[in-house]
Amino acid sequence: MSDIQLNNTLKTEGRLSRPSTPSRARTDRAAQRTFFIITLVPVALILIVAVALVVRAYPILNSYNLSDLLLGETWRPNNGEFGFRPFILGTLWVTTVGVLLAVPPCLLVSVYLAEYAHNRTRTIAKPILDVLAAIPPVVYGVWGLLSIVPFVDDVLAPLSERWFGSVSIFSVTQPTGFGILAGGIVLAVMISPLIISVIFEVLSTVPNDLRHASLAVGATKWQTIRTVVLPQVLPGIVAAIVLGASRALGETIAVLMVVGNVPNIPTSVFDTAYPLPALIANNYGEMMSIPLYDAALLGAALVLLVVILIFNILSTLVLQRFLRRS
Amino acid sequence: MNNTHIQVKNLNAYYGKQHALKDINIEIPKNQITVIMGPSGCGKTTLLKTFNRFFELNENVNLTGEVLVDGENIYDPNVDVTEVRKVVGLLAQRPTPLPMSIYDNIAYGMRIHQMKKDRAAYKKSVRHYLEIAGLWEEVHKRMHDPATSLSIGQQQRLCLARGLAVEPEIILGDEPTSALDPISSQNIESRLLELKKDYTIVIVTHTLRQAKRLADHVIYMYLGEVAEAGPAHEVFTNPKHERTKQYLEGLF
Repeated sequence: MSDIQLNNTLKTEGRLSRPSTPSRARTDRAAQRTFFIITLVPVALILIVAVALVVRAYPILNSYNLSDLLLGETWRPNNGEFGFRPFILGTLWVTTVGVLLAVPPCLLVSVYLAEYAHNRTRTIAKPILDVLAAIPPVVYGVWGLLSIVPFVDDVLAPLSERWFGSVSIFSVTQPTGFGILAGGIVLAVMISPLIISVIFEVLSTVPNDLRHASLAVGATKWQTIRTVVLPQVLPGIVAAIVLGASRALGETIAVLMVVGNVPNIPTSVFDTAYPLPALIANNYGEMMSIPLYDAALLGAALVLLVVILIFNILSTLVLQRFLRRS
Repeated sequence: MNNTHIQVKNLNAYYGKQHALKDINIEIPKNQITVIMGPSGCGKTTLLKTFNRFFELNENVNLTGEVLVDGENIYDPNVDVTEVRKVVGLLAQRPTPLPMSIYDNIAYGMRIHQMKKDRAAYKKSVRHYLEIAGLWEEVHKRMHDPATSLSIGQQQRLCLARGLAVEPEIILGDEPTSALDPISSQNIESRLLELKKDYTIVIVTHTLRQAKRLADHVIYMYLGEVAEAGPAHEVFTNPKHERTKQYLEGLF
């Protein structure tokens, strides 16, 4: 019955559609396949990079214990000592300080923008935040060098000595402003736009009906945000923070310019540090005559990649769970 | 009128440049159900939302005139908006359980206003208001389940109980049954009829039949103005205004 109808309509349409269909279907399939392959490129790239790093780092992985490499405290390539521990800890210290400094203000800013601000304020503030994200890292580095390092040296270090002198993580251990705190401050400013915009987006997924339900019984705006809105988006906030942290982990040039680059094991925020990205950027391509040096640096890159991948996968999982729930 | 609960004086409301409410002057009687009717976009909901100051939650709005609740202008700068909303409760169009347990939904407003001294008192009140909303029998064994696990009709009764728990004097309903099935709607309607002995109720509705079932007092709006207001039996049997007559006859 439907076949007859179809034939009829074809006849009344008065054109031959049969011959063109296969070629259109072919184009469609070809397009689909092409797009699929292009989508695979980034996935393949990550695999290729990971495999290449493993291959190039293989000599050092082969001649040393993995635990010796990861936990070794001394870095003297000339003596054949390749301990990554100062660099791994340096990376974690700078990132942690950066994230800790960034999160509270970011949370307040994004809550303000999403919940309190007028539309007009929002349309002005959001693009400015985006510009903040677009400033090249090297400019942040110069800013850190010219303002933050002296600020740490002249203001924060004396303050900390007076107020927290006895607390070991706040003890002033060296007389320059270079170090973890300066790196952390620069990082905090750099990752803030990302964290703010992700939290802002997450907050705007909360339906207005929920806010109104709370306001309708006489709750204040802040009570509504604290007891209804924020608990709803907690996983999203965590994901935003992890996203900011993984950006901070990989940040190279701006940190390198203010962090001091001394491979010691940090114990205080005023200590100098030498994060993994800085190690690679500073040394790769130089002194390549030292045996295993090249392999050691690429091993450092591999460690960094693994750490960042773990962070990213974590944040994706958390975000996905959050989105599925809402 | 001696038993006026809400009095609206020269009220004008604007969304940007759009003049949504034009010179509204009405009185809403105490312990009765007042039904606001009118075609879509006539300002029914806008008028309702000026009563609990929800109107100002929209951006770019402006309002002049007075709304007196118990003789006090709720738009006076010295008035605390949270107090207004405690006295004037709202039952929304769609049920909106808060993302917490059934128990916490009811206790929410009481906790916000720190209305009870201890846990036992909260527990007692939660039960009391669930009973008033006719929900206690259905939920008392699952008080700590998430409120979203209830059916839509149950959710709306939960919202009613949540609103009542902060001890308001007035209940606003913004088409409170439009998202519900007929049986749930009927349930809500019979709750409202019971509640009017203790509360003043103002309902916006689209359904003429619901209006006829509930209304003691009717406000008929047209294009942002009050076309007609008065006791239900007068408006329904002998509408003075041409527009009201047409609306009641279902001409538009």
